[in-house]
Amino acid sequence: MNILSGNRPGALPLTLLLIVVVGCLALAPFLFPGTRALDTAAKICIFILLAASYDLTLGYGGIVSFAHTMFFGLGAYGVALMLDHLGRGWLPMIGGAAAGAAAAAALAFVIALFSLRVRAIFFAMITLAVASAMAVLVSQLSGLTGGEDGLNYQIPRELTPAFRIGKLFDVTVNGKILNYYLVFAGCTVLFLLLLRIVSSPFGRVLEAIRENDFRAEAIGYPVLRYRAAATCISAAVAALAGALYAIWLRYVGPGTTLSMEIMIDILLMVVIGGMGTMYGAILGATLFVLAQTYLQDLMGAGAEALSAVPLAARLLDPDRWLLWLGVLFILSVYFFPTGVVGRLRAMAARSARST
Amino acid sequence: MSDILTLEGVHADIAQYHILQGVDLSVPEGSVTMLLGRNGVGKTTTLRTVMGLWQAHRGRILLGGQDITRLPTPRIARAGVGFVPEDMGIFSDLTVAENLTLAAVSGPIDSARLDWLLDAFPPLRTFWGMPAGNLSGGQKQMLSVGRAVIEERRLYLIDEPSKGLAPAIVTTLARALKQLKAQGASILLVEQNFSLARALGDHAVVMDDGRTIWAGPMAELAADAALQERLMGLSMEAHG
Repeated sequence: MNILSGNRPGALPLTLLLIVVVGCLALAPFLFPGTRALDTAAKICIFILLAASYDLTLGYGGIVSFAHTMFFGLGAYGVALMLDHLGRGWLPMIGGAAAGAAAAAALAFVIALFSLRVRAIFFAMITLAVASAMAVLVSQLSGLTGGEDGLNYQIPRELTPAFRIGKLFDVTVNGKILNYYLVFAGCTVLFLLLLRIVSSPFGRVLEAIRENDFRAEAIGYPVLRYRAAATCISAAVAALAGALYAIWLRYVGPGTTLSMEIMIDILLMVVIGGMGTMYGAILGATLFVLAQTYLQDLMGAGAEALSAVPLAARLLDPDRWLLWLGVLFILSVYFFPTGVVGRLRAMAARSARST
Repeated sequence: MSDILTLEGVHADIAQYHILQGVDLSVPEGSVTMLLGRNGVGKTTTLRTVMGLWQAHRGRILLGGQDITRLPTPRIARAGVGFVPEDMGIFSDLTVAENLTLAAVSGPIDSARLDWLLDAFPPLRTFWGMPAGNLSGGQKQMLSVGRAVIEERRLYLIDEPSKGLAPAIVTTLARALKQLKAQGASILLVEQNFSLARALGDHAVVMDDGRTIWAGPMAELAADAALQERLMGLSMEAHG
């Protein structure tokens, strides 16, 4: 677990949990065949990366930003616009991802330069305003962005179900599975890069700034420069996550990439997993996306099983899934204030002390 | 002996309050200058203003002859000023090792210097890999001083290092500061513990109401109870 960095999970149960999650994601096309399962696995990969990139600013830098979905959207629209206007091909796809990441980093730099000097709450408000303005702009520029309807486009044929390779373990390997492995590999490499960054001296300085920015300045670290760098890296990685999402979905729209709902989802993933841990993003995003996708089915099965108990059946009605999702999150934040990773590490530390 | 630090008529405000109203002082190179005075006269503000944490709106601050009045704090620190703030300001989530490594801004820690530091403050060796937040108050102060002295600096600004600490810890700190002095360090030290001030100080500067009101040899101030009474409203003998 310390590939490319010295940052270890720090607790055996956590390590095992991470191995199970990553293993399931690595073998998802073979372990969980079916479009819905593969869609869920790809979404988990992308949201792990998105949450991890948000953790770099929130958890390590102590910077509260509401513009993260905007950066995610810039990457997604970068790919979508290139493929839509230049036609299907690897070059427009890679070029779109690179352009999206560069635009996100540049915009993050401008926002950071103008607003990181102000107090945290004002920075949060400024990012909220810029993100809202971007969402309105994308919606209004319908000639370019497809407005509220979004854009459908074609990706290279090698990444579509029409491209068939052969059979492996009784599963037909096609372009969709290649596409999944592109998403998985992209997310893995970028996640390891983030892990490397937070384990580097740069990451330590960010943590120091989060704890006491005056003191970090007095030691000799220019706080604004470090915060701006963290914001830019985080924005570029979020944009690349958005690009992978656009490649996977073959569609972008404001609802899938720019909405405030996604912003809140990312925030919850980071908090549930454990802020300032990086590994928390893996667990937070996995739990969140699984709950979002399968809670309704689970409740349906529960309601059917308890159909003889009138109140229980009504409470577990699948239509009430959002209510239960909310309750689950309140409980998890209440019982795991330091996130799942924080709780597991604390338990491991306690047991190490007692032995 | 030339002066490593010179303040000429420095004025500084905190919000609407005019705290420093003309501070003139100098710290001769290779000596310990005590900054004394009653509570609230501007000693901490003077140190913070030298570090650039508060902006001097009038006057000049010179470090080895170079004007640093308008320099940002990180550049002042990298120009060779080590600062131990009153509140210690350790990074609790980072380990003792990480706190010290971060403080060595000019490169890897010199192993001989680290050995000296860990011998001077043994708890830092014991808790080397532990999060600094788990240290006791005295150990945190050792770490705070340790961060400033982990590298050889041109000047050390140390703000009340013995405040609120147990006598045994104060003794350890005093021993380390004496060793630092013996190495020829230039130190501007704010200290309310008069026996420590007397033991360490070569020179003294007394402040009142945001101004320097007296400067001279520490021995002269320490020997004159009437002068102490007049400058600070108390006698060192009575509070030593």
